[in-house]
Amino acid sequence: MAERTVTVASAHGLHARPASMFVQAVTASGLPVELTKGDKTLNAASILGVISLGIEHGDEITLRTEGENAETVLDELATFLTTDHDA
Amino acid sequence: MNLQGVGIGRGLAIGPVLRMPDPLPEPADAASESTGDAEKVRVAGALAATAADIRLRGERAGGAAKDVLEAQAFMAEDPTLRDDVDARITAGKTAERAVFEAFASFRDLLTSMGGYMGERATDLNDVSQRVVAHLQGVPAPGVPTPDYPFVLIARDLAPADTALLDLEKVLALVTSDGGPTSHTAILAREKAIVAVVGAPDALKLTDGDTVVVDATTGLVTVSPSAEQIAEAEATMAARAAAAVIPVGPGALADGTSVPLLANLGSVDGADGALDKGAEGVGLFRTEFLFLDSDRAPTVAEQQEKYTQLLTAFAGKKVVVRALDAGADKPLSFLNDEPEENPALGLRGLRALRANETILRDQLTALANADAATNADLWVMAPMVSTVEETRYFTALSHELGLKTAGVMVEVPAAALLADRILADADFASIGTNDLTQYTLAADRLLGSVASFQDPWHPAVLRLVGEVGRAGAALGKPVGICGEAAADPTLAVVLVGLGATTLSMSPAALADVRAELARFTLDQAKEFAEIALSANSAVEARIAVSAAATSLTTITTPTESE
Repeated sequence: MAERTVTVASAHGLHARPASMFVQAVTASGLPVELTKGDKTLNAASILGVISLGIEHGDEITLRTEGENAETVLDELATFLTTDHDA
Repeated sequence: MNLQGVGIGRGLAIGPVLRMPDPLPEPADAASESTGDAEKVRVAGALAATAADIRLRGERAGGAAKDVLEAQAFMAEDPTLRDDVDARITAGKTAERAVFEAFASFRDLLTSMGGYMGERATDLNDVSQRVVAHLQGVPAPGVPTPDYPFVLIARDLAPADTALLDLEKVLALVTSDGGPTSHTAILAREKAIVAVVGAPDALKLTDGDTVVVDATTGLVTVSPSAEQIAEAEATMAARAAAAVIPVGPGALADGTSVPLLANLGSVDGADGALDKGAEGVGLFRTEFLFLDSDRAPTVAEQQEKYTQLLTAFAGKKVVVRALDAGADKPLSFLNDEPEENPALGLRGLRALRANETILRDQLTALANADAATNADLWVMAPMVSTVEETRYFTALSHELGLKTAGVMVEVPAAALLADRILADADFASIGTNDLTQYTLAADRLLGSVASFQDPWHPAVLRLVGEVGRAGAALGKPVGICGEAAADPTLAVVLVGLGATTLSMSPAALADVRAELARFTLDQAKEFAEIALSANSAVEARIAVSAAATSLTTITTPTESE
């Protein structure tokens, strides 16, 4: 199981456009990715789940996955999350 | 068959009608007659087809709408939602009911979170309706999207519908419900769409019927004759030719000057307003600087935006309204307390006084921007109810270096004491939307009482007349900056009641300018008397329109010389 903990960089958090871009990237990876914020863990390919976590700028979240290219996929997703998409 | 409603603006359109489908009824909670597996396959197909359809609409719409629709497509494909639907089917629900319930449970979750998440609840409802429509094999609710231009017929349009309206395709809007301040009417004025609202028989039209929609008369002619079509086309051609004539300052037929100003909600609209002949800004809303934010912007951030605005209107009058939060536009850092009656709560100037730092920062930023530019800056306070509030705001504004400080008259108490309010304020600006809401005691945001929200009501006009009389006696300007000023006939009445300037969506300027030029000040005063003596908004509108038509018919021969 590969794992990354990152701090969300987008000025308005993981709402709206960044949320759907993130879900799109997760879906495109083809791997089952879990997202954890605080004590809540859910399927990162679920836009409703991601939105309902109310992830804000500066929040720390953890991604987990396993399978082929797990490390590469998590690197890509981590880069996405640490970039400010509202800039 | 002809339909009579209330026309918005002065436009004219001809085309085939399409009805907006009614929202789907809630699917019955009956036991499923098919097997769970078969239902799950049906749902999978409907979700995928809905997502594909939404994406296609997104591609066509482009821009901001594309992002909204892309997010909606992901909602239809959401794996967690799908699991929830499948679990409900396993428990014996039909596919339709399972979809309805699963979406509803997510919607309730988002609504309970409020803010941005709460707003997504509307998107989720729309997706849910589309999936259920697909399962039932009926047309999806929402604005139809044919590939030809059409006249949209609806009960009334919600903001979510209007956001995605393809203005290239929609020739006109006709609604059965809703008055001149409904969302449909506001949208129509903003975007200069031909519209007739509140035509009761509109829903009896059949898709494909040809209609002529005439906003000037509020008349919708169904299956027009060849002559009627030719006549409408000739009028449209003449109007198009008139539109290229350079615009001048607003004035009555006798030369009485009535400056026409623009209502703006951001600096972006400045160029468009100037192109349409705005002689300045009569209402600059500053909420955009504060919304989507959990803190107030700094003096420097605000000053930059105000400087841009004042530079765009160099040499012209610009009236900036201090932050007007509360009721329909709450701001968490200003007022976080839930209120039973937000429209009657801590809003407008009341909320600013409770957070004086925010008001001081805003006025300071405005004074700094004023010093660096050469527009004629006026500031005004929203929702002022008392003389004491008027003194507070004007004193603070003058102290911080702003020369001209006035108040908005939106509360009947302020209109009734206008002589004393205007003794302390440098000017008054009447917000007719709120003044109507408070005078008729009808919540502007509540559809069930929308019929009360009509600024033609003689009670509202009498209050406007009080302010106009006080302004004339004291030599202080009285502006109008509500939707009422954008209604060309009503604009003439408001001038007759003593309004010295009119401010409106830039799209309405041309029609109002043309209407003012048709009448003298004496005639405007006569129309005002006619409206004041009516028993209702509807009577006032009909009586003034009749008087205006009879005057025009008599004067037409002299005009053609």
